[in-house]
Amino acid sequence: MAAMFSQNPLMNGPNYSFNDAPTVNAPEGARQHRFDPYTDNGGSTLAIAGADFTVMAGDTRLTSGYSINSRHHPKLFKIGGTTADQKDATLVLSVVGFAADGEALKERLDVICKMYRFRHGKPMSAKACAQRLSTILYQKRFFPYYAYAILGGLDEEGKGAVYSYDPVGSYEREQCRAGGAAASLIMPFLDNQVNFKNQYIPGSGEGHALQERERRPLAREEVEILVKDAFDGAVERHIEVGDGLQMMVITKDGIEEVFLPLKRD
Amino acid sequence: MFRNNYDNDSVTFSPQGRIFQVEYAAEAVKQGSVVVGIASKTHAVLVAIKRNAEELSSYQKKLFPIDEHTGIAIAGLTSDARVLSNFMKQQCLGHRLTYGRSMPVRSLVDMIGSKAQTNTQHYGKRPYGVGLLVAGVDEQGPHLFEFQPSGMTEEMMAFAIGARSQMARTYLEKNLDKFQDCTREELIRHGLRALKESLVQDRELTVDNTSVATVGTVKGEDGLAVVEPFKVFDGQDVVAWIESVADDKEEGAGAGEAQAGESMEVDS
Amino acid sequence: MDHRPQAWGRPRDDVYGAYDASYLNHSAPKTATQSPIVTGTSVIAIKFKDGVVMAADNLASYGSLARFTDVKRLRTFLSASVVGFGGDVSDMQFLDRHLNELAIDEAYEHETTASVSGPAPGQLNAANLHKYLSKLMYRRRNDFDPLWNQILVAGVDGAQQPFLASVDLRGTTFTSPSLATGFGAMLAQPIMRRYAATEEDAAKLTRDQAVDIVKECMKVLFYRDARSLDRYSIAVVTREGVELKEDEQLEKQSWAFAERIRGYGTQTV
Repeated sequence: MAAMFSQNPLMNGPNYSFNDAPTVNAPEGARQHRFDPYTDNGGSTLAIAGADFTVMAGDTRLTSGYSINSRHHPKLFKIGGTTADQKDATLVLSVVGFAADGEALKERLDVICKMYRFRHGKPMSAKACAQRLSTILYQKRFFPYYAYAILGGLDEEGKGAVYSYDPVGSYEREQCRAGGAAASLIMPFLDNQVNFKNQYIPGSGEGHALQERERRPLAREEVEILVKDAFDGAVERHIEVGDGLQMMVITKDGIEEVFLPLKRD
Repeated sequence: MFRNNYDNDSVTFSPQGRIFQVEYAAEAVKQGSVVVGIASKTHAVLVAIKRNAEELSSYQKKLFPIDEHTGIAIAGLTSDARVLSNFMKQQCLGHRLTYGRSMPVRSLVDMIGSKAQTNTQHYGKRPYGVGLLVAGVDEQGPHLFEFQPSGMTEEMMAFAIGARSQMARTYLEKNLDKFQDCTREELIRHGLRALKESLVQDRELTVDNTSVATVGTVKGEDGLAVVEPFKVFDGQDVVAWIESVADDKEEGAGAGEAQAGESMEVDS
Repeated sequence: MDHRPQAWGRPRDDVYGAYDASYLNHSAPKTATQSPIVTGTSVIAIKFKDGVVMAADNLASYGSLARFTDVKRLRTFLSASVVGFGGDVSDMQFLDRHLNELAIDEAYEHETTASVSGPAPGQLNAANLHKYLSKLMYRRRNDFDPLWNQILVAGVDGAQQPFLASVDLRGTTFTSPSLATGFGAMLAQPIMRRYAATEEDAAKLTRDQAVDIVKECMKVLFYRDARSLDRYSIAVVTREGVELKEDEQLEKQSWAFAERIRGYGTQTV
């Protein structure tokens, strides 16, 4: 900043106080011991949107370093129900990264959804909630929630909707998304199996003439198998993923939740 | 001409030891239409008469949810009630956030009590012009509280505030012994009968002007008490209850019960 | 002439010299706990059929110096829950005072019948307390003024089931059938997980079994953790309340294994 204004020929010296006050550097050799407010608690999440459903999933391991803190720590949360048990919720938030920030983010969003209900007498739509979540994250742009969030629900037409976020709130609606420690392992698998990337119709031509396999929405059973396979693969190759698989299926009839075992090694 | 010199603000006592502004605020409560609340061992119910300012306008809501375990009935200035209800909602959400439990009803009522009391002791402030009945459940079971603009709060077994509420209170006093062991349905019917006592001659309970709200505890599968969340019923949802108390002139609940039984699927 | 609007109406540096903004720099680095000073080592706890057993030794170390040898690191809350502290002892004492205040407030709110001991209905249970502490710790980390502790909270939850959970200086929370802080996470947790890998396993353990497991773990910790002590506190918390013993001596130690350790001492082979 200072260098920028020193370009002024008249100002070959110290700058204005209001641009940036001079900072006193710590004396030579003084050690600045700073508290690091973040840790990475590992784990992985995944969401796939279907024609009339959304499947959200996450493993239930919570780590710090090489230690497993807990083998059962859910990363998926129902959001915006009227009661504490979230029986009538219609949205699911998954968070992965720093667990305490994830928890705080979830509670912020849930309270906001509850206040929305008080004010408007109806639940928040997936689209509105997605936009609001983005602003919540961006409000802490300079001390971010270190959490990769995915929001799942159904849109106004009843189609599956998945919104994925970075820690400072940029977001987009997608067909599917993997987040967290094993995202780089799961995402390419999803590209291939959900969006049929690199799948071509056999014998349809050579090189650029090759025709892509036509995309079709996956059935719920297919998706559930895909999710399990994705996590079984991730568990095999990533030490921070394992123990249990939490899966939520959002349909017009509500949210079904299942827990499946994963390898605990 | 006589002029009261001691009612210009709420910080001045009259020589008789009265604070007129607070008493006037209590009068505002009596201007509001009547609301009745009753608590039993398992449930607390609120019932209310809604008023419409004119034939063409809608009816003013009287019962409001605060949190899943608590709700209020209001009599007096609706806008003042909104301030209090927003405050209560925020306190409940905050409590749930920091402790992971529903706010004890007494703590909640004490908070609005203190809030209202400070208004009566600071120059330039005005007491709330609204009285509340607060119904809720917590670990100790169902509760019913009365709140007055003076900041007075008191736990009640059954109570009524608002216009002509003395008639309703008389009914409640007469039937006080029954309430403890009443079911949810019986409580509602007692509430509605108390309301009817307060009505002026040619008016009666209709689907348009009657509101009912309930909250309670039910035994869960594991034998532990589960909260049955606060829920407000309006319009067609209260038809069966109104009909069940339509033509019993005597206090006995006999006839109404069987009739109400089969059409009571309003709960969810 | 400097035409930038920021400079309008201000003394020119080339005429008057640069503005001396040093007075704005009154902020020395905040002297919050930037690192722990006097510390307690592991706290361990395991669930059993009707409750939780928790233990921690009575040592407060000043670096590698065994500074205070009679420091109680387990405390009860409203005769219903037990809180165990690892990490900085001054922060523990701050939290202890804070919890005393909270307990008094809570006792006022929910009057108990004098004759009955143990938890009163409606008072903060272990789950409520853990939630509160986690908010407190997370708030302090957000202020960059952390309470340098890892805390275990044990008791029963709202559904009257055994409850055990942890919260650390960053506000991270988790639960598990068995928990251990610090070195305990490496040394004691694997032993406890042998007996209670899942909630179902823990629900089969008896009180005596759980106490034995915890005592065994305390012994292993004393063998291997250089910042530990053979005097410890142990608490058993159930629906009926808390039994806390604060001056236990480690029993049946056997240092036979030490003879086989080679390469650290004066031995030459």
